[in-house]
Amino acid sequence: MGSSISTGAGEALYRTMVRIRAFENAAEAASQGGVSAYGQEAAGAAKVRGPLHLSTGQEAVPAGVCAHLRTTDYLTSTHRGHGHTLAKGADLARMMCELFGKATGFNGGKGGSMHIADFSVGMLGANGVVAAGLPIAVGAAHAQKLLKTKDDITVCFFGDGAINRGPFLEALNWARVYELPVLFVCEDNRWSATTASGPMTAGDGASARAASMDIAATQVDGNDVFAVHEAAARLVREVRSGGGPRLLHALTYRVKGHVSVDVAAYRDAAELAAALETDPIARTRGHLLSAGVSAATLDAIENAARDEVDTALAIADAAPWPDAEAAFTDVQTTGAGQWH
Amino acid sequence: MSYSEAAVRAIQREMEADARVVVLGEDVGRGGIFGQYKGLQQAFGAERVIDTPISEAAIMGAGVGMALAGLRPVVEMRVVDFALCGMDELVNQAAKNRFMFGGQGRVPLVARMPGGIWDASAAQHSQSLEAWFAHLPGVVVVNPSTPQDNYSLLRAALQCGDPVVYIEHKTLWGLRGEVNEDMAVPLGKARRVRDGNALTLVSWSKQMQACAAACEALAAEGITVDLIDLRTLWPWDRETVLASCARTQRLLVVHEAVQVAGFGAEIAASAAEATGCRVARLGAPRIPVGYAPVLEAQSRVGPEAIAAAARKLLG
Ligand SMILES: Cc1ncc(C[n+]2csc(CCOP(=O)(O)OP(=O)(O)O)c2C)c(N)n1
Repeated sequence: MGSSISTGAGEALYRTMVRIRAFENAAEAASQGGVSAYGQEAAGAAKVRGPLHLSTGQEAVPAGVCAHLRTTDYLTSTHRGHGHTLAKGADLARMMCELFGKATGFNGGKGGSMHIADFSVGMLGANGVVAAGLPIAVGAAHAQKLLKTKDDITVCFFGDGAINRGPFLEALNWARVYELPVLFVCEDNRWSATTASGPMTAGDGASARAASMDIAATQVDGNDVFAVHEAAARLVREVRSGGGPRLLHALTYRVKGHVSVDVAAYRDAAELAAALETDPIARTRGHLLSAGVSAATLDAIENAARDEVDTALAIADAAPWPDAEAAFTDVQTTGAGQWH
Repeated sequence: MSYSEAAVRAIQREMEADARVVVLGEDVGRGGIFGQYKGLQQAFGAERVIDTPISEAAIMGAGVGMALAGLRPVVEMRVVDFALCGMDELVNQAAKNRFMFGGQGRVPLVARMPGGIWDASAAQHSQSLEAWFAHLPGVVVVNPSTPQDNYSLLRAALQCGDPVVYIEHKTLWGLRGEVNEDMAVPLGKARRVRDGNALTLVSWSKQMQACAAACEALAAEGITVDLIDLRTLWPWDRETVLASCARTQRLLVVHEAVQVAGFGAEIAASAAEATGCRVARLGAPRIPVGYAPVLEAQSRVGPEAIAAAARKLLG
């Protein structure tokens, strides 16, 4: 267990991770038979439709990072954003409603999994475009600096594949040039869709590129929630106190396929087996047990998460669909009504 | 006042009125390459008139983030051709944010991207891409042709709260004209420039000048034209255009952009559907703009071609 962390805080991290896992397991089950990427026939019976990107195995990163954030801090996310959103404090049931496409979802059913957002907790949106969240994050951080919003900061999650797109480099440069309060968090899960990221990436990845722009980067075992928590504590503190941008490079693993219907047949079974040995939730449970937390306490956390998710599924099931007219709202004010 | 001075004045007034208005882009501190930000950094400081790296994706994306976080950014793209480097940030982010997130977010930014043929500047500095943007749900598209309109429409754009693609013409900066600083021009309202009965002629931006010259030539032949400056492409002023078409029963749309798949087709189809009038479009051939004068001229739609198209439509 992490050197400085209390068992109470440890339990909180565990709860965050377990809630993410339970949410995504349920979402995955509810997506069976749904629309697929990569050419499989869509049965259409699924309750969660469309591409569903699961973060199974990566839960320690959002849990460890977001534990240091306030509601007034901003967060931008990726296509794999359920964990970030929950860890930032968004309501789990409303998120399930959005995945079901219901009117009661965060976006009224207009966004779905790839566009989960809860502006009320500073979560400015998952994004269907790889690396697109980075420039938006620096803009939000730039506004925080100009508006002098106390010591609020912006955190920006992105994958290891995203660092090969221009906006990653443009955003890092921007953040450094203006000394913005932004923490970049690379969730390095070793895969970009169905292609391993390593052979597609020149140099030593996110940290090396940050270092080349004089942005201090910290590498951490992203499957060790205490290590993530501790590294993020320092980086968030430095960013909050006006130290400028920082980058956290968290090494983790994508346990599931790229999207829920992807069985990841392209992947070496030994690689997956090795990764499963370091499952962050099992590890954290072991650490907490050896630190004296009772199994009953941890079981209760898991059961509560499952109950919460079951309730969310029922709420989402019962929730109404959006009115068809909603397709015509929130497009734009000027020129709304001139649809044709 | 010149077209560029009118723009400076418009932004200045909005910055005075609203502390949330900021400007960001390349070279804006020195006034912008066309003088369209002249003096603003001196007046408002480098924190509100922000010189940026050459980084269009980041400029546009940061503008989106700033807008979401409570600012009202003016995003400078230098020319419409370079705005393409920030296209995801405009098309997938700025234009979609509000809808996709169920109305949680608003992106009140104005993206200025000078358009049109810039003399002897060849294929990557002379494009007219307004139809692309008019195709995008979520954005407003403005193409002012006069100093007054540039002043009034830029202010309206800054006040409107939706993302605005604001396309000034690259060769109109020096155009001088009266500017009444109290005059408001609403977005989405066209201006009737001449009254006539023989046909309706619709255009915008720099092409208004060629159209005006064509109307003079036609008037000498006894052909009077209802000339309309559209000013805003989205939302476009259907009421004014269709009322005119219903009266004249002839519509010619002229634009500098290539003719095929252009915004002229949208207006022509709408007018034909609504009024049954005869329609014609006139734009550039579907070729990149060439460098040598003789090549560049192939992309230009001049008064003679406009008058000829009008006669043909009448014949
Ligand atoms: C600009 C862009 N190109 C391609 C895609 C298709 N795509 C979606 S996710 C993905 C892989 C992204 O890899 P990474 O950034 O490492 O994130 P991960 O999926 O591993 O979490 C790709 C190629 C996209 N969404 N956006």
